[in-house]
Amino acid sequence: MKNDDANVLRMQGAPTARDAALLEETWRDPPGLAGWFSAVNHKSIGKRFIVSAFGFFVFAGLLAAAIRMQLARPDNHLIGPDLYNQIFTTHGTMMMFIFAVPVMQAMAVYLVPLMIGARSTAFPRMTAYSYWVYLCGGLMIVAVFILRIGPDAGWFNYVPLSGPDYGSGKRNDFWAQLITFTEIPGLLISIDIITTVVKLRSPGMTLARIPLFVWAMLVTAFMIIFAMPAVMLASTMLIMDRLVATHFFNPAEGGDALLWQHLFWFFGHPEVYFIFIPGLGFMSAIIATFSRRPIFGYPAMVMALVATAFLSFGLWVHHMFATDVPQLGKAFFTAMSMMIAIPTATQIFCWIATMATGKLNFRAPFLFVLGFFFILLIGGLTGLILGSVPLDLQVHDTYFVVAHLHYVLIGGAVFPLFGAWYYWFPKITGRMMSETLGKWNFWLFFIGFNVAFWPMHHLGLHGMPRRVYTYPAEMGWGTLNLISTIGAVTIALSVLLFIVNVVRSLRGGAPAGDNPWGASSLEWATTSPPPSCNFVAPHVVGTREPLWEPSRDPGAPRYVTGLALNVRECLTTSAVDARPDHRYTFPTPTIWPFVSAIATTIMFIASIFNPWAVVWGSVLIAIPLVAWFWPTKEETRKHLALEKRP
Amino acid sequence: MSPMQRVLESAGTQAAHIEHLWWITVAVCALVFVAIMIAWLWALRRAPRADEATPPDVAIATTAESKSRRVVTGAVALSALGLVALLVASVQTDRALAKLPLEGAIGIRVIGHQWWWDVYYDDPDPLKTFSTANEIYIPVGKPVVITLQAADVIHSLWIPNLHGKRDLIPGHTLTMPIKAEKAGKYRAQCAEFCGLQHAFMALTVNVLPQPDYDRWHDAQLQSAPEPAADAAKRGHDLFLSGDCMMCHAIQGTTANARFGPDLTHIASRETLGAGRIANTPENMAAWIADPGKFKPGVNMPAHRVAKADLDALVAYLGTLK
Repeated sequence: MKNDDANVLRMQGAPTARDAALLEETWRDPPGLAGWFSAVNHKSIGKRFIVSAFGFFVFAGLLAAAIRMQLARPDNHLIGPDLYNQIFTTHGTMMMFIFAVPVMQAMAVYLVPLMIGARSTAFPRMTAYSYWVYLCGGLMIVAVFILRIGPDAGWFNYVPLSGPDYGSGKRNDFWAQLITFTEIPGLLISIDIITTVVKLRSPGMTLARIPLFVWAMLVTAFMIIFAMPAVMLASTMLIMDRLVATHFFNPAEGGDALLWQHLFWFFGHPEVYFIFIPGLGFMSAIIATFSRRPIFGYPAMVMALVATAFLSFGLWVHHMFATDVPQLGKAFFTAMSMMIAIPTATQIFCWIATMATGKLNFRAPFLFVLGFFFILLIGGLTGLILGSVPLDLQVHDTYFVVAHLHYVLIGGAVFPLFGAWYYWFPKITGRMMSETLGKWNFWLFFIGFNVAFWPMHHLGLHGMPRRVYTYPAEMGWGTLNLISTIGAVTIALSVLLFIVNVVRSLRGGAPAGDNPWGASSLEWATTSPPPSCNFVAPHVVGTREPLWEPSRDPGAPRYVTGLALNVRECLTTSAVDARPDHRYTFPTPTIWPFVSAIATTIMFIASIFNPWAVVWGSVLIAIPLVAWFWPTKEETRKHLALEKRP
Repeated sequence: MSPMQRVLESAGTQAAHIEHLWWITVAVCALVFVAIMIAWLWALRRAPRADEATPPDVAIATTAESKSRRVVTGAVALSALGLVALLVASVQTDRALAKLPLEGAIGIRVIGHQWWWDVYYDDPDPLKTFSTANEIYIPVGKPVVITLQAADVIHSLWIPNLHGKRDLIPGHTLTMPIKAEKAGKYRAQCAEFCGLQHAFMALTVNVLPQPDYDRWHDAQLQSAPEPAADAAKRGHDLFLSGDCMMCHAIQGTTANARFGPDLTHIASRETLGAGRIANTPENMAAWIADPGKFKPGVNMPAHRVAKADLDALVAYLGTLK
């Protein structure tokens, strides 16, 4: 350690306890309540993000339970049509917009910097701002549902049903603003993740050495940036139709109802894939660790992810085969829908090859990953059925689709996600989860899932359409629906077990140690839970599996030295080869992202009731933003000091 | 047992094409599923067991792994081949669906409303046109072109035994060619979420032998008869002097509104409220008094009518065979 001119302390040589203490002091979030709202550490934000998303998952899951209770028998009067429509709309909207996409980004906010050996996400204050906006949006939709003024036109919110003539009250305005609420964090975090992955990797972690989960999140982030603007445009046009009487979707005034469907599904289909691709990332991380070998076919895996991302933008019309899209165009989308199975099949085959040639450790995270194979495969194959125009005409908008989409999303994303939670819980909390409860959790979920959703395939073929609040007894759908409800109860039990497991493990779980699973990627190189700065000494990476295989060049340095200890200084690296690029000072904690998020929320919610809120609300948001970006003398002094001595 | 509403019990040319494709696709998918599951279980069985402390096999990634590579490449190639086969089958079926010969087709126009079906039998001769609601009748073995329009929001007509679904979209006009092969009664239901009573928006399709169809057709062309009995006469006057005629039409009377279903032959229909309840005199009375009891949110208002008046109305409507 050595003193610089302006009291900048630098790390010299191997890390010491003194270095660790200084770094902790520099990188930790400030104490106290105000400090809690000022936190910008990606791990604090990531944890809150994951817990919030899980909370919304439980809420939306309870709504699903309500749906199953209502449908358990024919002619049921438990829930009336108005409430039922709000329930299934809120269930779908929350699961897709407030749980599935954000929870994957939340996992990335926590994990990506650790996995690439960085100290932080690239834009820590923006990460914090995104989280607070997300939380406010999620709470708004919960609040309007509890007030019984929730949106009621489905998560796809088709016009004209959601438009000014048929969508009553402010319900669908809340829906439209909710979309904006999720777009902002979605887009900002994508920018954050892309920049983090491209610029903050450990020296030596070339593109060919990035962990597959990080690749998955990088691809996902790019997809979000290209897909989300479409739905943003659509939701803005919708709210303008509703609030200021534009006629984008009104056929009587030259608008078009189908325009909505194109814009929505241009976003909506890639959305399925940017929920699914992070799941594929979890799969690769967990399979490698529990098969005790690197994933077979790394280049093919990466290319499959990228190919899936591209192809997923060419599928949207398969949600519209029953409309008057021209015949030839539909055939093109059938071909695309079939083609996208190839990259997924490639990954499945590579994983099977990995497992066949590895040594298997059957722990709870691995079980959830194995559940993927059975469930996702069924979901993928029924997806081929839905991609075919003639077959889709029959099963479209029936319970067959409900079965399919849950097989894909729960099998492809939620099972890997639960696996990921079991896998990284020790890293996040420093404690192991109960293996026994974990296995019960898995088996109940797996069996309950299939009992709940398999019968829906048959219901669809027996003529049961989606989104019906009840059905006459003589349709003969009662028994299968009852079975499905029993399955849903089993799933609820398994999620309850998960919560019990988390709470018990937090209190009395066995200490985890740095690397309880014997895994290969960098997040396991630091303590559990990691220190505020992630790594006392940032690693230099020489291989794809840094913890399994040290650098092949014995003379290569193991750590980055020379970075400041009492300033938030990091090393940025070049995009492709991860060569050291330059030093960069990171922003410090501040309350202003939180205040800006509140101002943003006020503007959005007020604009539902008065369009002028967009004007005065912008001023309201500008004020905390100015404070946010206002440089302090202290910071400037440190910057100058750092610049003096390279 | 309700009329059939099943995908895999085709009673029409189009549904039969789709059912054929269904079984081909399901067979291919089942084969793929079983093959992959076997490979997967084999892999899980074959691999030795390990725990966290088992040293990872990093060296394997630096070898060529040519066997795995060959197997994976082969499996991907096979998948691609299977997908091409499915694509060809799908496109072939699509062509078959589009090639239904339509000479001498009957034209029916269906307009979707929240939450009922308005049905028009069109004809170049205006005297041969008529309208009905929530039911269509078609002859066996004769092509029918259904033209689809929507009055308010998007609906979707789905007669699974005869064909896949087709949307009714405001501002667009779509068509659906069908041909029934078997006489019978089939049920159709709105498949696109359309609001509060989306669950109860059914349509009955009666497929009749040609002579029976012709008889039905001719009967539909008749205007409503003048009521003979006293009660029915009073009902007739109440209908035409009250608010019924603000929404409904009865051919042969001055009631000509189009907001609600055409009631010219209401007594010959089997259900009320688009499949919600059976068409009996008691249900008719209860429906007129408070339709929202059966279909919460329905656009028809409740009517506070004296019992005697209600009976008279029901008696009159009962004459509209």
